[in-house]
Amino acid sequence: MSDPTVTHGNFTIVRHYKASPAKAFDAFRDPAKKRRWFAESTGFHVDSFDMDFRVGGTERACFRFVADKPIEEGTPCINDTVYMDIVEDARIVNAYTMTVGEARISSSLATVEFLPDGTGSKLIFTEQAAFFAGGDGIEMRRQGWEDLIERLARFLEGTL
Amino acid sequence: MTGAGMEPAKVDRIFQALGDPTRRAILDALSRQPSSVSDLARPLDMSLAAVVQHIQALEESGLVRTEKQGRVRTCHLMPETFATAERWLSERRTLWERRLDRLGALLDEEENG
Repeated sequence: MSDPTVTHGNFTIVRHYKASPAKAFDAFRDPAKKRRWFAESTGFHVDSFDMDFRVGGTERACFRFVADKPIEEGTPCINDTVYMDIVEDARIVNAYTMTVGEARISSSLATVEFLPDGTGSKLIFTEQAAFFAGGDGIEMRRQGWEDLIERLARFLEGTL
Repeated sequence: MTGAGMEPAKVDRIFQALGDPTRRAILDALSRQPSSVSDLARPLDMSLAAVVQHIQALEESGLVRTEKQGRVRTCHLMPETFATAERWLSERRTLWERRLDRLGALLDEEENG
């Protein structure tokens, strides 16, 4: 907890969907849809999910870890978001902070771009993150060096 | 988290250093044991000068440390650098990969239903 180190990192994920950009965008705008794909995940129990989809609006998702995580079962996790920029059917930019237990573990800028791709859509997700050292309580999982290098190589090739 | 002193551009340099197959081969060799520059160069099909340049890039990224003992320069892996970038980024990326998989499933359901 006393380590003040901040680590910055960026990554981009590109996905192709059969649905149009407008339909993909709607899954980010509609609270019931967004809750389903964003918040409801195995390994987490969703306590609440509220969103106000407009520039300057906020979103808060509260979870608890339930099983098979490096974090103790029942630990609360909060995802707090502020919408920075919204362009209908084309772009959403938000800033979000993740809190695990009492500690903020990261603050990020997340950009989602929706592009037409044939009859479907191409979604580009880019995260620019500041990770706060010592705040996560996750035990570092030491692995063999070869395994680490392999995973890094796959990460770089976009297959991890 | 280890106190590796990660300044802002550091993670970029790590991933840049890893984005080259020769440098990954050097890391792979160093994962088995620390080695001299000439031992690292032997299996690689390139000049010693080119290998030295790759090792310099790895050293600047913090992934590798070199030490000169007499006339031999020995290279070691630096575990802290690996752990920092790999852990944070791969966990966050995995979280979003899963979310975007679920988004795809939801969109497919809407298309078909």
